[in-house]
Amino acid sequence: MAKKLVILLFLVALLAGIPLAQDAAEDATGPPESIPAPPMNVTVTDRANDAGHGLIIRWGLSPDDGAGVNNIAFYEVFRSSSPDTGFISRGVVPKGGKEYIDFDETVPSEENPNPNYMPVNSTWYYRIQALTDKQVPSQFTDIVSGTTVEDWIHTGKIPIGVVAIVFTIFLLIFIASARKGKTMYVRPLAGINAVDDAIGRATEMGKPILYILGLGTAGDIATIAGFTILSRVAKRTAEYQTKVIVPVQDPVVLAVAQETVRTAYLEAGRPDQYNPDNVFFVTSMQFPYVAAVNGIMLRERPATNFYMGVFYAESLILAETGNIAGSIQISGTDQVAQLPFFVAATDYTLIGEELYAASAYLSQEPVQLGTLKAQDYTKAIVILYIIMGAIAITAGWTLLKNLVTINL
Amino acid sequence: MTFLEKMMQIDRRWIYLAIGLAVIIPAIFSFTAPVSVTPEVKKIYDFVEGLGPNDYLFLAMDYDPSSMAELNPMAEAVLKHAFTKDRKVIIVTLAQFGPGMVEEITTRLANEFSRVRGEDYAFLGYRPYPAITIMLMGTDFRVPFPQDYYGATLDSLPIMRGIKNFNNVKGVIDLTAGNTADFWITYGNGRYNFPLAIGITGVMAADYYQYLQSGQIFGIIPGVKGAAEYERLIDMPGQGMQQVSYQVVAHAVIILFIVISNVAYFATRKQKSTTGGAR
Amino acid sequence: MKREIPLMIVMVTGIIMFLQYFFPGRFLFIPFISSEKLFEFLNDWVMVIGILSLPLGIWSLVKANVNKLKVPDERFYSAVLLLGFLVMVISGWMPDWRTKGVHLALFQNVLIPIQATIFSLLAFFVASAAYRAFRARSVLATILLLTAFIIMFRLIPLGPIAGINSWLVEKILTIPNMAAKRAIAMGIALGATATAIKIILGIERTYMGRD
Repeated sequence: MAKKLVILLFLVALLAGIPLAQDAAEDATGPPESIPAPPMNVTVTDRANDAGHGLIIRWGLSPDDGAGVNNIAFYEVFRSSSPDTGFISRGVVPKGGKEYIDFDETVPSEENPNPNYMPVNSTWYYRIQALTDKQVPSQFTDIVSGTTVEDWIHTGKIPIGVVAIVFTIFLLIFIASARKGKTMYVRPLAGINAVDDAIGRATEMGKPILYILGLGTAGDIATIAGFTILSRVAKRTAEYQTKVIVPVQDPVVLAVAQETVRTAYLEAGRPDQYNPDNVFFVTSMQFPYVAAVNGIMLRERPATNFYMGVFYAESLILAETGNIAGSIQISGTDQVAQLPFFVAATDYTLIGEELYAASAYLSQEPVQLGTLKAQDYTKAIVILYIIMGAIAITAGWTLLKNLVTINL
Repeated sequence: MTFLEKMMQIDRRWIYLAIGLAVIIPAIFSFTAPVSVTPEVKKIYDFVEGLGPNDYLFLAMDYDPSSMAELNPMAEAVLKHAFTKDRKVIIVTLAQFGPGMVEEITTRLANEFSRVRGEDYAFLGYRPYPAITIMLMGTDFRVPFPQDYYGATLDSLPIMRGIKNFNNVKGVIDLTAGNTADFWITYGNGRYNFPLAIGITGVMAADYYQYLQSGQIFGIIPGVKGAAEYERLIDMPGQGMQQVSYQVVAHAVIILFIVISNVAYFATRKQKSTTGGAR
Repeated sequence: MKREIPLMIVMVTGIIMFLQYFFPGRFLFIPFISSEKLFEFLNDWVMVIGILSLPLGIWSLVKANVNKLKVPDERFYSAVLLLGFLVMVISGWMPDWRTKGVHLALFQNVLIPIQATIFSLLAFFVASAAYRAFRARSVLATILLLTAFIIMFRLIPLGPIAGINSWLVEKILTIPNMAAKRAIAMGIALGATATAIKIILGIERTYMGRD
């Protein structure tokens, strides 16, 4: 009897302990997390201005995102090629996010099968669920579909095209006008006017001229402008029989520079005086190039230094060393950050577009001057547009702003 | 020749000597220069400070060893901040000679703060053509970087699970001494609209305030001073604070020389006008 | 024809690259030409040309310096250059040296510190350039001088006026500085566009040379 009583008491204790254990377990882990609400109003649209390999999935925030139970950590987007099965996760978006761009244009190949490839005109089905940071998922949203569409033209870039075409038309009009003999005034540039004097100084002193094309490649506009000025300088030095030294930093620039100087000597009627060893490659690295040029400056003591092209941090090192060597220095670059150094350390500086305009100044060819005028008139139109746009925006009209807004 | 005339034509080697001493003396007798925090650095600090446990920071260390004196302090400060807060960081470099240097810094700091590669941070390596790489990363990090710097596929890294592209990172901080910042602004923020901040050399800083004003970037760490400000905010003095003390003394010396040269200039000009006549 | 063919190549590729920018999918709706693949293809050729031109540069460097070995004043520097060149080439080429990290050690322990040293010359040159340039010779030079002082004082502990100085620095950087930079950038953009159009249309030809 006592034995049965003990067993009964034991069972009662066991049964009574279960809710206690549950309470203890709950106390240890907290109450079970409530299931969050799913996001709302899911839509799928074609990604604009692409090659037809992307879709944009948008949704409204879950009521539990930043409100309600406020336990959403992120949203997970699932995709399938059929509305019934085969949904796989495509990515997650942190809480507060309302958009996911699904995009894959890598064509499958033997090495990379890429099952996620989205061909043009393919239809995809999406559903989304919200998750807490403990990975408790919401219900899935309804399945929504979208089809990838190839866009013929990038509408976001149209303003760029329009401006480029208008500017080209301007250029052609002014070039035609210049060819007809219309005189065009351009304001004098001290740096350009000093080029001849600087070359003459080198000739009188019997010292060479050092011409630095900078650290740009042959595709940089500033380097191309540097070639143009080099051509004029080399032609003058050929006429005066002064040595011109051109150390370059890029092998392609070397080829073009050699050809430019050779042609200049040819045009000056002194092809035999052209020495290809005067136009040479140094190194592709920035500071080793600077070290080499500094060494040339201090050994050769050139009378005149030209710095025409793309320069970075080495601009002041070059200019100051030229100062130590006692050279007269004419510089020009489109790197805005380096302009203050050149202005402070060289005798004459061509600022930004003045470098590009140098070829027009030196040649005085009508066609070149015509392009300068076209630039000036375009700049005037841009200034007018900015003023009108500022007034319009202040008045609340966004049309002028929208006309020039670019979406890459 | 009077003293002032001598000062007008002083041998530049005296100036070099003065600058040399201005940098060496603070290195020997170190002191902490007071650093006031600017709003543009504070915004970057607040951004990293506000990262949540599931938030990712994308750090582009786009500079090579020639600029590391100026940019390493800010890189270390940002990484220390992220690591101490236990936040996940994805690191790339778009500078050709950057990978070795970036690997050294990340490994050293990871060891110091007991961060595990592949779980707490990932270094994806280097790719050329910044514009194209940024656009490809905008679709999927795995396209330009199928593997990380150490050869592991991105899918095998726990930190990269569920992380596809810039949609999945909270923001990007680009540290650069070249024009890579322009690519991040144009092709990164311009195309994918993620929050972008930059750390740049002091001389470049003046160029990028326009992007700060237009909202294309939300913060700038300008040079060594910016790094020192960040170190002050995270309360971990490092190279930035050390170097800014040299900068303070060097700036003071330069200002002194400028004042002397102007005093000499005006004094000699006055002398010439009082004595009169052509010389 | 010798000049016309390159000019035609420049015009055609220039126009193609301009148009390619506006077509995200198929180029001009030509079915088998993907705009992006076209861009990548042409960019790859830029890389190929760059790499093919590297031997040209190396030949120019070696030839110029071997010739300078005959000149007494230049001999030492050219010899050092050629020696360094050979050491780096051999250390990168020889499998043993490469695996033992000799090339990397030379790069990290010689080249990188030397580059940093050259970069650090800037500190000295900034001082000497500032000493020479920042003189109040005219009204504009005085404004430049005062602005430079305000910006440089940002780092110097100024006590009670540090706040005013910081405010001034912020205003200078965000108003006149930005206005000037935007204006210069706009001019540069127009100039660069005009130069590019001149090259594409064949008006600018100095890069081509002549026989």
